Amino acid sequence: MIDFFRRQRYLVDFTLSSLLRRKGKHLGMLLVYSLVVFVLASVMLFSHALQREAGVILQSSPEIIVQRVVAGRHGLIPGNYLEPVGRLRGVSATQARLWGYFYDAALKANYTVMVPPDRQLGHDEVVIGNGIARIRGVDIGDYMTLRAHDGGGISFRVTEIVWPESELVSADLFLISEHAFRSVFGIPEGQFTDLVLSVRNPREVGKIAEKISIKLPDARPILRDEVLRTYGSVFSWRQGIVFVLLSGAVLAFVIFAWDKAAGLSAEEKREIGILKAVGWETGDVLRMKFWEGAIISLAAFLLGYVAAYAHVFYGSAGLFEPVLKGWAVLYPDFRPSPFVDPLQVISLFVFTVLPYTIATIIPIWRAAITDPDAVMR
Amino acid sequence: MRIALNDVHKAYNQGRPNEFWAVRGISLSLEPNRVMCLKGASGSGKTTLLSIIGCLSRPTSGRVVLDGKTLSGLPERFLTEVRRHTFGFIFQRFNLIDGLSVLENVMLPAYPLGPNHGELRTRAKRLLGQFQIADKASNPVNWLSGGEAQRVAICRALINDPLILIADEPTANLDSSLSRELMGLIDGLRDSGKTILLTSHDADVYASPVVDRVVSMRDGRIVEAGD
Amino acid sequence: MLLNPSVMALVLASAMVALMVMLASAFAVQVLAHWDIASGSARQLKLERRTYLISTLLTWAFVAELLSLLLFVHNAEAMSDQFVGAMCATGVLNLNAWGWPTLFLKIAVFFGGAVWLAMNRLDNQGHDYPLVRVKYALLLVLLPLVLAEFVVQLLHFSEMTPNVITSCCGALFSADAEGVAAQVSALSPRTALLALAVSGIAVLSTGVLHARSVRWGLPFAALSILAFGMALVGIVSLIALYVYEHPHHHCPFCLLKAGHDFVGYLLYVPLFTATGLALSGAVISRWQHISSLADAAARERARFSWSAVILFALFYAVAAALVIASNLTMMEVWW
Repeated sequence: MIDFFRRQRYLVDFTLSSLLRRKGKHLGMLLVYSLVVFVLASVMLFSHALQREAGVILQSSPEIIVQRVVAGRHGLIPGNYLEPVGRLRGVSATQARLWGYFYDAALKANYTVMVPPDRQLGHDEVVIGNGIARIRGVDIGDYMTLRAHDGGGISFRVTEIVWPESELVSADLFLISEHAFRSVFGIPEGQFTDLVLSVRNPREVGKIAEKISIKLPDARPILRDEVLRTYGSVFSWRQGIVFVLLSGAVLAFVIFAWDKAAGLSAEEKREIGILKAVGWETGDVLRMKFWEGAIISLAAFLLGYVAAYAHVFYGSAGLFEPVLKGWAVLYPDFRPSPFVDPLQVISLFVFTVLPYTIATIIPIWRAAITDPDAVMR
Repeated sequence: MRIALNDVHKAYNQGRPNEFWAVRGISLSLEPNRVMCLKGASGSGKTTLLSIIGCLSRPTSGRVVLDGKTLSGLPERFLTEVRRHTFGFIFQRFNLIDGLSVLENVMLPAYPLGPNHGELRTRAKRLLGQFQIADKASNPVNWLSGGEAQRVAICRALINDPLILIADEPTANLDSSLSRELMGLIDGLRDSGKTILLTSHDADVYASPVVDRVVSMRDGRIVEAGD
Repeated sequence: MLLNPSVMALVLASAMVALMVMLASAFAVQVLAHWDIASGSARQLKLERRTYLISTLLTWAFVAELLSLLLFVHNAEAMSDQFVGAMCATGVLNLNAWGWPTLFLKIAVFFGGAVWLAMNRLDNQGHDYPLVRVKYALLLVLLPLVLAEFVVQLLHFSEMTPNVITSCCGALFSADAEGVAAQVSALSPRTALLALAVSGIAVLSTGVLHARSVRWGLPFAALSILAFGMALVGIVSLIALYVYEHPHHHCPFCLLKAGHDFVGYLLYVPLFTATGLALSGAVISRWQHISSLADAAARERARFSWSAVILFALFYAVAAALVIASNLTMMEVWW
């Protein structure tokens, strides 16, 4: 056993010195390798972070959202729908919500306008998200005017700017009172955007949803778990699409690795011949060459992964945002929380290190079986 | 350590139009603790014969027997095992690895055996001392002169303490004074119990009093078996 | 479903393993056809060199298969929230008929690879490569297993449809959906305990005997496979209950999660390694009669057997510790 480790140590020693002797060739390979790892790792880390963020946010969202469907589209729901639904056993809390989107033509941006459930605002007060504050350049005490449904303008005084932990949901928030909301959008009394229900026991959610769809035939219940599942699916799918698109790059990388491994210079061939002639066996040369690959792989994997980590968690994935977040004007300042998932790391390994190693098996073998007496000539 | 060859043949590109028989039916026996020289023009097959005796290649037919054990049928793995402990090679062009130091070059053949590092270094340094190049131990090999490189090659060949030393045209890159010095070193090695096999077409070598037996070869056959 | 990166990684890994084994098999057929150790011809030399390539390919295939086994289990765990009712990896494996077969095939390929590598190692110690034909014949047996694993895994993933929101019905769909059976069928805890104890004693004793004498090779191999099976059943029917402190939670995968301090690894790693070593040891001793291998085989047989015994003992010790240290006490088991 000790012999084995000592032997490997000698082989690694020789490999390191051999790598350093041909820095140029190996540096090029290292760079390309790290780049491939970087790109794949960035995509995985970013999507995963987005997904987790969505999960975290949705945790505090109510278990069931009830929307009214009119001709296949989301319509306003009457407040008196709350009553039959609230009586269902297992429903611990109900609420009717008012929210909508406002398109600001000057900025070509959408605000999410909402009536906050937990506070009372004055009719001319507004609480805005810091995305709006940033992009409009407004501060507390300034005024913002919205164009109401009847063409008139309604002004609001900014009393607070929201800076919560998760910017993803709040950056474009525009909170006003119920009265103000109805004035801006022309929604009559008694009508709401949707209803939300809290259900304590997760196993009852499905049954309650079923009962709702029977009691309120024109309404559709949306389960929080379903939203989570769908987000999960969409993010996975998006990652998958990007990977498929990148598969061309990975393939090119694999071919490059094969080529580099196969293209031994005359000097390298001579060296292997010498090694075989002085007593190294084919197996020893093979092992040495695989250590070479292992060292390069390890270096590239670490470099690429660390760079991706920095890129996603400190640079907010500047290179990929459009693809993975979707198109919008008001970008929240998204700082994903760092997270390393072993499943991801293994998957990444399978996409990068494994193909590299396998592509180099045959070229390395060809090099290792060099005839030792070739050196005699 | 007695080596015997029985009717050994070696062909290259066998079965193809450019088939070439380098060694044709050679039977030879190497006495222990002697210096033997293979003499012949280039193309006479002496280098091929050397590589067969030294287990660097396998004969196409015939047998190589070491102390009664047949080596020629052994697969490469075991051949290498035997070779490591039995033979030390000194090549015509020295064949040291550029970029490594003198000491590292000398230790290289022992790496696959995984010996204790301290012991290996001591052994290597002792050998370098024996051949008066200990002071150049950490120099890179491309700083060495021809004679020094020759001595480093000898040390490398001796690192695994083999009983038989094989040298291919050892004086080809040396001037006559260094050649004579080399023969002196070989004499010393023989005295310390080693068996030595040389090839050369240099009169300084085959006519030297150090050589016990000269075997002449031509066209892959022995024409003069010496003693 | 197939566009999930981890799923793609799994399919890729299986594809690479299949490719490597196919290549190795193609070379093996060539070697088998023309092998003649006594000849010194150039062709024989080429074939001997080929054997290095085959060994290298199969070593890496084994490594890839091990990774893919780990990845498969963890991926099933991660995907469980995509499916209604699937609470953990067990649920995902129950989704279609291909889930559990994929896992079993992976385990079979893993052990097959381990045994092959052990045989290869032994063969390399004999200066006349005595086991060449047997070795490569075994490889040709491994090939269909590997191909089957690739196909079955692909079917498993392509037949999965995640339960996502449909535009009209929303909850109605998932309320209707029966969900997936998140259960694994199991024996009664008492029976499992007895089975574990009996198989444990049997395997440990034959292991020790095998370390001393080559005659116990076949019994040891057979008993270690039995012990492996009983151990898995034991984990599902007995040990899991004590770890989760719940008489009906039989999932064999939740043990691997952080919530249970990753204790699953302490159970599975020794178990798998011990079984692999036991099988390899038995295979080695089968050929001890060949003269060129006799010394090497005797040494390895002892080493492998003792290692297997120690690791099996470790597994049983950990299992016992978990049962004893648990807060759960189940009546029918002990009295």
